Amino acid sequence: MLDTILFISLAGVFLSMLGLFYRVVKGPSTADRIVALDSIGISLISVIGLISILLRTSVYLEVILLIGILAFIGTVAFSKYLEKGVIIERDRNQ
Amino acid sequence: MSLLHLAILLPLFASLFIPIIRRSLHRIHTGWFVLAVPVSLVLFFSRFVSEVAAGGVRMEKMPWIPSLGIDFTVYVDGLSLLFALLITGIGALVVLYSIYYLDKKESLHTFYVYLLLFMTAMLGVVLSDNMIVLYLFWEMTSISSFLLIGYWYQKERSRYGAQKSMLITVFGGLAMLGGISILSLLADTFSIREVIAASGAFKDEPFYIAALVLILLGAFTKSAQFPFHIWLPDAMEAPTPVSAYLHSATMVKAGLYLVARMSPVFADTPLWFYLVSGVGMITLLYGSVSAVRQTDLKAILAYSTVSQLGLIMSLLGVGSLSSEGQQDLALAATVAAIFHLMNHATFKGSLFMMAGIIDHETGTRDIRKLGGLAQVMPVSLTIALIGTLSMAGVPPFNGFLSKEMFLTALTDLMHGGVRDLRTYGTILLVLGVVASIFTFVYSLMLVKETFFGKRNELPKKAHEAPVGMLVSPLVLVTLVVLVGLFPNALAKPFIIPAVEAVALKTPKVDIYMWHGFNLELALTILIFGLGAFLVLTLRKWNRQAGAGLFNRIYDASLVYGERSSTGLHDAVMTGYMRSYLVYIFGFIVTIVLSTLWLMDGFSLPDRASDVTAYEMILLGVMLISAVAITFARSRLTSIVLLGVVGYSVALFFVLFRAPDLALTQLVIETVSVALFLLVFYHMPDISRKEERIKFKLGNAAISILVGATVTLVALSALAGREFASISSYYIKNVYDLAGGGNMVNVILVDFRGFDTLFEISVLAIAALGIYAMIKFRKTGGNPR
Repeated sequence: MLDTILFISLAGVFLSMLGLFYRVVKGPSTADRIVALDSIGISLISVIGLISILLRTSVYLEVILLIGILAFIGTVAFSKYLEKGVIIERDRNQ
Repeated sequence: MSLLHLAILLPLFASLFIPIIRRSLHRIHTGWFVLAVPVSLVLFFSRFVSEVAAGGVRMEKMPWIPSLGIDFTVYVDGLSLLFALLITGIGALVVLYSIYYLDKKESLHTFYVYLLLFMTAMLGVVLSDNMIVLYLFWEMTSISSFLLIGYWYQKERSRYGAQKSMLITVFGGLAMLGGISILSLLADTFSIREVIAASGAFKDEPFYIAALVLILLGAFTKSAQFPFHIWLPDAMEAPTPVSAYLHSATMVKAGLYLVARMSPVFADTPLWFYLVSGVGMITLLYGSVSAVRQTDLKAILAYSTVSQLGLIMSLLGVGSLSSEGQQDLALAATVAAIFHLMNHATFKGSLFMMAGIIDHETGTRDIRKLGGLAQVMPVSLTIALIGTLSMAGVPPFNGFLSKEMFLTALTDLMHGGVRDLRTYGTILLVLGVVASIFTFVYSLMLVKETFFGKRNELPKKAHEAPVGMLVSPLVLVTLVVLVGLFPNALAKPFIIPAVEAVALKTPKVDIYMWHGFNLELALTILIFGLGAFLVLTLRKWNRQAGAGLFNRIYDASLVYGERSSTGLHDAVMTGYMRSYLVYIFGFIVTIVLSTLWLMDGFSLPDRASDVTAYEMILLGVMLISAVAITFARSRLTSIVLLGVVGYSVALFFVLFRAPDLALTQLVIETVSVALFLLVFYHMPDISRKEERIKFKLGNAAISILVGATVTLVALSALAGREFASISSYYIKNVYDLAGGGNMVNVILVDFRGFDTLFEISVLAIAALGIYAMIKFRKTGGNPR
């Protein structure tokens, strides 16, 4: 019973990831792509959460946290790049 | 280490002091100090004469590499002693001659160092009993000869001659090393003496013939036998003392020594007889005909040396006949060979010195420019006349005696030989007579063109040479006359022991001038008559020689060898990474697939775990992105797709229950995608152009083959898993022994922590490398 529910949920997440992937490929502007990638990262979190339940294990919770951090950092870095043209600024601007 | 070892190495030790002497005592010609070495060696070796003549041999052993059976064993018997005396005796005369020949302004120290080096090498060759030590000294003669030929290294011809002789003699030397190796394996010893003793046992071994041919190759190249004679005329660019010493009296006889020394091992084999006597005879004829066509004094003498060496070689070949009924004949031929070997050393040495004197006093060696020197250089004329008449085989000089013995051996071979040798003997006799005629012609031509006829303008004003220069050739021609008059005096001390060493039997030596009326006499008269006629009509038929056929072959093979290897290199080493990858992958595919095919190694695993739907979906994602990478138009797409593959791998790690791997993979993939993007961002605009990867059939084929190969190997490897994994040990002990719950981490830092240590260092090196590359770029090594 639980497995069926999990499977259905996984299928849903996969479908949403497909849609997001379409946006990454097609997305007219870079900002669209970045938002889509960020969402793919979050979907990956749910995929791994679902798989952890499916495998009856708790060792993947760290992976979930890690993806959360990575997705955040990546999105921020991209946003900064769009805003300023560089990701890491030099200190010698004075 | 005995006195004999010290005697062999004395010139080598002496050569260490030559540069010091040259520097500190530069007023006195360095040659005077060098002269002491060969003179003392002559005295030392002549002490053995009576002992050896009484049938005694001397053997001294000095361990060198005992674990390999390589000892520096010195063995003195008749043959070795004869050669040792030739080397040291003519060495002394040549050193004396060189004192007057070479100016003090020349770099004398190099000359004498090379010469002494050569003397040690040559003594080592003839006195060694161990074949490896013999080979060592053999190569030493090649190297010192190379150095001496190239003594005037500023001249292009000298360098050419030195290189040529080096290439040819070292080629032969290496062949000889092969022969030695085979022989030592067959006889299970490096000692020549023991090889001879054991030689009966391995005559039927399959590699016996190979050893024979290889050793003969070494002997033929060293002794300038046809067709390897071509280096000798070009070696005439050396200073004349060197030509007289190395290229007439000693080094070129090393091959003869080897043939004589190895005769007891190979003598029963018909191939040995045919090769040695046949090649010797061809060399004799070819050398004598070529000598007539030369215009340079030393070139004439060089070809004459070639032909005389051929004569001795063919006599040694006949001397190796040992089947029944021919022993006397073989023994007589060996006696003739040894006798002529000594005679040749005397008259050829004197002739070379005479050529050097003429060159020294007139400034040219070209017989077209020379002429009419008889009045101004009477002593040289005497020397030349005696030397050439002896060489031509005119009585009462020693050349006549050995030539008579040569003819006797050949006629005996024709008459008395076994039936199947009669034709061969006749051919040899005819060739030998023709060659003798030409020998007569060039010998007389040499004197006639140099000393008689009208006087030409010469570069220098001709006058007689200083006394010191004339001493050595005079000593040699005195020997020529003395030996000619009293040949039997040499028999007991020298010839009989030497022949005993070669043929292992005691010969009867009775050399005399008058043989009675027989075929030999008729042939001698024929030779003199026809020869005299040809000398008188020389201008009518003689043409000067260009580069001979074999020289052209040699030059062409050098050019062709270089060109073809350059061509091969250019064709293979294209400089494109793509070509090398094609080679590497092509090689891997060929080797692995052919191994699988030949060993019948392919098999499918019979057990496999079930495949879940998640794995199928993930695999589909990976496949689609991997294929899409190869068809992507822009690099950015490729980078993103590569990221997709990486994240999918991380998901695979999740599915296959590897949380640590998944964590690491995610972080690393993120970082490397970021790095790819960085590289992409900094690419020049022109290469950012959207362009599909060009399709190349070869690339496609190889990539498909590589994929197939790896798949096949992986499947076969999985099928062949025969032992249980070691992992149960870790599972059992991860908590009890290591006190940890995470098995992957415990393995990384505890069970197999060493790997981790060095992977940490890899990362450190990579970080340092990146820092260095960024910091030190384009500034010539200085930090910015």
